[in-house]
Amino acid sequence: MKNKEPLILAVVVIFSLITYYLVEPYAHHVMHKHVESEHFAYADLPALDKTGDATRGQELVVGAGACTGCHSIEVAGMPAAMEPQMAAASYGVNPPDLSNAGVVYDEKFLAQLIKNPAHALKVEHKFTEESGKMHPMAQFFGAGGDIDQEAADMVAYLKSIALKAEEVTPKIAFENACGRCHAMSYENWTQMGEKPSFKDKKDELAFDIKVLEYQDSLKAYMGKLPPDLSMYIRSRGEHFVSTLMENPQSQLEGTAMPRVGVTAEMAEKVIEHMKDSGDTKRAERESVGMNVMIYIIIFAIFALLWKKQVWRDLH
Amino acid sequence: MAHFTKATSVKDWLNQRLAIDKVEKVMMSEYWIPKNINFLWAMGMVLVITFALLLVSGIFLLMYYQPNVDTAFYSVNYTIMRDVDFGWLWRHVHGVAASVVFLIIYIHMFTGIYYGSYKKGRELIWVSGMLLFVAFSAEAFSGYMLPWGQMSYWAGMVITNLFSGGSLHADGLVEWIRGDYVPAQAFLTRFFMLHVLLIPLAILGLIGLHFGALRIPHVNNQEGEEIDFDKEAKKYLAGDKAGSKVMRFANDFMSKDMMVVGIYLIFFFYLVFWNYGFAMDAVNFDPADGLKTPAHIYPEWYFLWSYEILRPFSIDIGLIAFAFAQVIFVLLPWLDRSPNTVPANRRGLFAIWFWVMLVNLIVLTAMGKLPPEGIFSQIGFVSAILFIVQWLMLPFITMFEKKV
Amino acid sequence: MGKAFGAVAGVGAIASLYAMKKSWDPLPSVRSAGFTTLDLSVYKENELVTEKWRGKPIFVLKKTADMVAKQTDAQKARDIEVNGAHYMVCIGLCTHLGCIPAYEPAKEGFLCACHGGQFDYSGNVTKVPPPRGFDIPPFKIEGNTLVLGEAGPEYTKMKENGITL
Repeated sequence: MKNKEPLILAVVVIFSLITYYLVEPYAHHVMHKHVESEHFAYADLPALDKTGDATRGQELVVGAGACTGCHSIEVAGMPAAMEPQMAAASYGVNPPDLSNAGVVYDEKFLAQLIKNPAHALKVEHKFTEESGKMHPMAQFFGAGGDIDQEAADMVAYLKSIALKAEEVTPKIAFENACGRCHAMSYENWTQMGEKPSFKDKKDELAFDIKVLEYQDSLKAYMGKLPPDLSMYIRSRGEHFVSTLMENPQSQLEGTAMPRVGVTAEMAEKVIEHMKDSGDTKRAERESVGMNVMIYIIIFAIFALLWKKQVWRDLH
Repeated sequence: MAHFTKATSVKDWLNQRLAIDKVEKVMMSEYWIPKNINFLWAMGMVLVITFALLLVSGIFLLMYYQPNVDTAFYSVNYTIMRDVDFGWLWRHVHGVAASVVFLIIYIHMFTGIYYGSYKKGRELIWVSGMLLFVAFSAEAFSGYMLPWGQMSYWAGMVITNLFSGGSLHADGLVEWIRGDYVPAQAFLTRFFMLHVLLIPLAILGLIGLHFGALRIPHVNNQEGEEIDFDKEAKKYLAGDKAGSKVMRFANDFMSKDMMVVGIYLIFFFYLVFWNYGFAMDAVNFDPADGLKTPAHIYPEWYFLWSYEILRPFSIDIGLIAFAFAQVIFVLLPWLDRSPNTVPANRRGLFAIWFWVMLVNLIVLTAMGKLPPEGIFSQIGFVSAILFIVQWLMLPFITMFEKKV
Repeated sequence: MGKAFGAVAGVGAIASLYAMKKSWDPLPSVRSAGFTTLDLSVYKENELVTEKWRGKPIFVLKKTADMVAKQTDAQKARDIEVNGAHYMVCIGLCTHLGCIPAYEPAKEGFLCACHGGQFDYSGNVTKVPPPRGFDIPPFKIEGNTLVLGEAGPEYTKMKENGITL
């Protein structure tokens, strides 16, 4: 009698694969908009063709540019003027400390941000003339010289004080790029910074209240509270998170989220940190997986040999 | 009272009290299996192994899971996935097995339909099997509630709303099922109870019934041949192993079961470690939010076909069609009027009926997931009608089937 | 061959027992919570304060000058001395069957309500049934604070001298 098993197996496998293809790759392809990565090139922003001078940049940052009126620069000995929740009440969100802005953000993006924040951040839809609202970060109209040169100088200064790219940990990248709007509770992160451990319940509640106040300001500024990112790497996936950072409008049209403006290298670090929160066991999964596969193949081979031996007498 | 003698060995002691030799014969060495079967007959063992994996992984998840609306999501995604050593492994095994078990159930079911293994004394096997399908569906659904993510919450909302009965507006019934106006604490705790206690108990009982119903009629074979098991068994026991048409369940068929299980487990663990996304939907990694429905909401893949039968119609007709789809498979032994217990390929029109049914269920499954817009909506509608028509036609096309 | 297959399957079962055992272990978050820091400057003389360490009550008693002056060597051996002050720091569970004894400041001693065991102000047994004095948790002196859960040299010495288990 002819052995029908290969044919039957083929039928079972083909029908299973067709079903899988239709409900997984195909259905998700239809349901979700596909956004190509632009590799963090920021092609819409003008190239930075002037060579910046860090010394002049420093003068501008603390002087005519008036950056330090709102921003702290901890590494240069300029601490924040007020507590984060107070700053958020004034500006909607706590203006970032600029210590590492020069390494986390793309230089083209930074220069544009100085000259025209709403445009660089791709949030012009929120600050139209009809809305009557102004972006909380004031535009820099120049200190009397060539504005492009002045912006380049300031960028050069920010780069000169920042950490080197390889010294930036995934955590630092995340805190700079996302951490003032998004909490990450599984990593103990709030929009105000890391939550300390309190011995006294009263101190803890006082801290929590400050966070709630901060969140209220943020909610008023953004329209709703930006989500906690603890599990985002599992709920959205790497590609979505990466393209969203690059250009939030491409994934979520009309969103209040500003363009993050990080370099490609920093985007990878941000994603690494999100994996450290939402997919901590990925390395163990790989190694345990390999061992289990090796074992199960041996198991199957022994089962096959046993079957062959038992069935030798049956034919 | 039975007569007991001083035992000569532990085995003898047990034998006098439990008749283990006899049980071993009835269940293992003299449980005769036709030789004329293929690997599809090993799906029962594959299901047993998958169920065992679900049970063991479930026990470890149960040690850390917290059935509380405030902590459930955290206990799953933080405690189990990050804190507990190998907690992630139990969750992945549990989630993937819960999905794959349905693939095997469907293969098992369609094997039965193809070879006519629900006829002539095997009706109870079919009915208990379909009851197991219902119990597994309830188990899968209640388990899906437990991580308390967005999909858990909204699936809970939508499925319990089915019980309002459309125009009947039985909202009281829906609230009774939920224990609240919306899925909330009472809902989560009772579905937790159903998932870890009541339904597993029912499944264990039904598995016993399913196995018991199989023992006397014996398993079918791939040619629909009527085998005289007593005669063939004598032949086997007399030493003519090769000439007999039957073999022992253990170790003869068991060795093949294990071979199939081995190959299956390679596939299974590949999914557990590298391709688990299909069984652990990304949307469910967002915590439940009763004020925001996800953009795309769909059941797990194994419910899609019946979901699609509900979707294209207006609410009342949809619910009736849905109810029809849930019960109709159980009635198969009585809807099939044919006198033949042979593979479908030798049954004329029934062969066409079988393949159309299978393909149509896959189409329904695909349309159930795709957004109900444009062409997908129309295909879904036609498929749903076809499904119902096929079942209505079944008694007529089988009634006139010639005896082969 | 059947036996060989059985052996392979057995190895798999045993390997999975390893994962099961690990899943029963105390969680990392439980382990990391196993340290408690006490600020010793806040305690008052002859006033018992009960702190908590790994879910257990910890008795902290600052001794008065009088108590220090009159105590025997056996009592002195259990003292924790920080900046000239003497403290009794013990796990506040009766070594008989684990009840929490009460301190009576006037009598300068502990009485366990369960079976009548008594301890002095250093934690030594003065009346059976308890088999030994209060156990002393692993501690480390850091300036004016005491870290419970970490074994410092003073604790190691006590342990070596058999003063605590």
